[in-house]
Amino acid sequence: MDMKRDYYEDIRLLDSGPQVFWLAVLLAALAAFPLVADSYQIYTVNLIAIHVIVALGLNLLVGYTGQISLGHAGFFAIGAYATLALMLNAHLPFIVALPLAGFISAAFGFLLGLPALRLEGPYLAIATLGFGLTITQILGRLDVFGGHMGLQAPPLELFGLKVTSDAGRYAVIMPICVIMTWGLRNLTKTRVGRAFVAVRDSDIAAECIGVNLTYYKTLAFAVSAFFTGIGGGLMAFVLGFISPHTFNVMVSIMFLAMVVVGGLGSILGSVMGAVLITWLQLELARIGELPLVGPVLTELSNQVFTLSGLPNVQYVVFGLIMVLIIIFEPLGLYGFWIRTKIYWRTWPF
Amino acid sequence: MAILEIQDLSMVFGGITALDHVSLSLEQGSITAVIGPNGAGKTTLFNCITGLYKPTRGQVSFKGKRINGMKPYKIAALGLGRTFQNIELFNKMTTLDNLLLGRHLHMRTGVWSGSTFFRRGSRASAEEIAHRGKVEEIIDFLDLQHARNRFVGGLPYGTQKVVELGRALAMEPEVLLLDEPVAGMNMEEKQDLMIWLGDIKEELGITLLVIEHDMRLVMEISDEIMVLNYGEPIARGKPEHVQNHPEVLKAYLGEESALEVA
Repeated sequence: MDMKRDYYEDIRLLDSGPQVFWLAVLLAALAAFPLVADSYQIYTVNLIAIHVIVALGLNLLVGYTGQISLGHAGFFAIGAYATLALMLNAHLPFIVALPLAGFISAAFGFLLGLPALRLEGPYLAIATLGFGLTITQILGRLDVFGGHMGLQAPPLELFGLKVTSDAGRYAVIMPICVIMTWGLRNLTKTRVGRAFVAVRDSDIAAECIGVNLTYYKTLAFAVSAFFTGIGGGLMAFVLGFISPHTFNVMVSIMFLAMVVVGGLGSILGSVMGAVLITWLQLELARIGELPLVGPVLTELSNQVFTLSGLPNVQYVVFGLIMVLIIIFEPLGLYGFWIRTKIYWRTWPF
Repeated sequence: MAILEIQDLSMVFGGITALDHVSLSLEQGSITAVIGPNGAGKTTLFNCITGLYKPTRGQVSFKGKRINGMKPYKIAALGLGRTFQNIELFNKMTTLDNLLLGRHLHMRTGVWSGSTFFRRGSRASAEEIAHRGKVEEIIDFLDLQHARNRFVGGLPYGTQKVVELGRALAMEPEVLLLDEPVAGMNMEEKQDLMIWLGDIKEELGITLLVIEHDMRLVMEISDEIMVLNYGEPIARGKPEHVQNHPEVLKAYLGEESALEVA
C-alpha cells in the first residue's frame, strides 16, 4: 500500500513514482513518434488525437454530467467552419482563430444547453440530434461558408513557420491534445467537476447543497462544445477541405460510440474509446486487403450485396465489435482496464 | 427571535391539501421534531422550506428574510441544509467527494482555475486542501474513516445515512432539516446518532428540525414537537404536552383506543 502524507497528494496529477515514470515514457514516445513513423501513420494518430479531444468533451457532458448529446458533429462543424472563416475572412492567425472558434462553439453549446434544461434522456437525444442536423443544413446554405461546395483550408502557419506535412500538423495537434487532457483531468478533480457529477447522480440533492442546476447544466454543454469546437478546428487542417457532409449524423454517433465503448465518466476511457474507434474505422475500411479473411469477405459481399457492398461488411463488423464490447464489459474499455489492474495487483490469487 | 419562521403555510396538489395552515417557529439552537402518521405532509413541509416546492399560501422566513419562491440553491446559500428520507447521495462518488460537495458553497474555484492548476501553491489546489481539512474534521466527528475512499453506493444503509448527515454538516448550515435520520438504523447506530444530534446542537450551535418516527428518540432530544395529521397541525408543544394530547392519541391510535387510554 502506498501511504499518503498530505491532502495535496490526493489531487495532484501524478500519484506515485511508477506513474511519473510511465507518463514520462508516454510523452517521450509521443515526441519521438513522428521521427520513426511514416506519413500515413502520423495522419492516423492526428485523427486519433483530434477524436480524443472531442471524446473528452463529450464524456464530460454524457459521462460526468449525465446529459446525452447526438449533435456533437454540429459543434465539430462550428469549430471547423469558424476557424477557417476567421482565418479567410478576418485574416486572423491560426493561433487566435482556433481558441476563438472554440469559444464560438462554446457559445452555441450554452444556447443548446438552455432548452436542454427541461429535457432528459431520449428527449434530449432527439433535441440534440435536431441541432446537429440543423447546423449542417444552415452551413450548406450560407455562401460565406462555401455552401454545399465547402471550404478549402488555408495554408497553416504558426510563428512564421509554414506547416505543410503530417508531421508538422502532428506537432500542432498533439500538444493541444495533451494539454486539454490534462486540463479536463484537473477540472474533474476540483469543484466544478464534482458539481457536474452531483448533477448527474442526484439533481435534487445537488440543488439542496447549493449547486445551481441551470448554471452547471449549461456550463457542461459549453465546456463540452469548446472541446469539440477545438477538435473541429484542427480537423479542418488534417482534412484540408471541409463541407457540410463532413459533419453528418454518423459523426455524432461515432463520437457517442467512443465515449460509451471507452467508458462513461472516465478520462482514460475517453482516450481508449477514441483510439479504438478511430483505428477500427480506418482499418475496417481496408478490410478487403486482410489476408485470408479479406478475399472471403469480398467474395461474400459481391454475392450478397450490390457492387459497392464491401463498406456494408465494414459496418457489420464494426457494429459487431461494439455489441461484443458492451455485452462483455458494460463499463467499456475503462472497466476492462480496471479489472486487469486489480487482477495483477492481487496476483496470484 | 426565531431563526426560521413558518406562517400559515398551505400546499395544495390538485384537490389534495398536503399542508393546511401550518405555522411553526424555530428558536435558535433548539431541536424541533415534526411527527405524524405516514402521508401527514411532513416531507412536503421540508420541500416547501427548502424551495423544492412553491407553497400555495403562506410564508417562510429565514433569519428574517422571506425565502419562499426562492431557488433551492439560493436558500441553501443562506445557511439551510437538509437530508432526505430516501437518501439522495451521489452514489458513484466516494464519501470524501460527497462531503467535499457539501463545501461547494464555500469554495470558489471555477472552470479556468480548476482546470489549469499544476502545483501545490496554486489557488485551486490551496482551496482544495483547505476544505479537505474541514471535511476531515467531519469524518472524524462522525466516525466515517472506514468509508472515506469508498463509493457511497456500496456502503451499508446506516452508513449512507450518516454520510448524508456529514454532507449537510459540511455546508456549515445554521438550520439543518433532517428527514428521518435514524430510519433503517440498528440500535447501536441510533444511539450514536442521538449523541451526534446533541453535539450538533450544543457544540456546533445548529438549529435542528427533525422528522422522525422513532418516538424514543423524538421524546429524548426534542425541545418542541409539532404533530401533523393529513397536513393539519393538531398539536404543538413540549414533549410531555404532546405525548398526552388527546388529538395526537386519536391520530396515532384511532378514536376508540384513544378513549380507552384517556
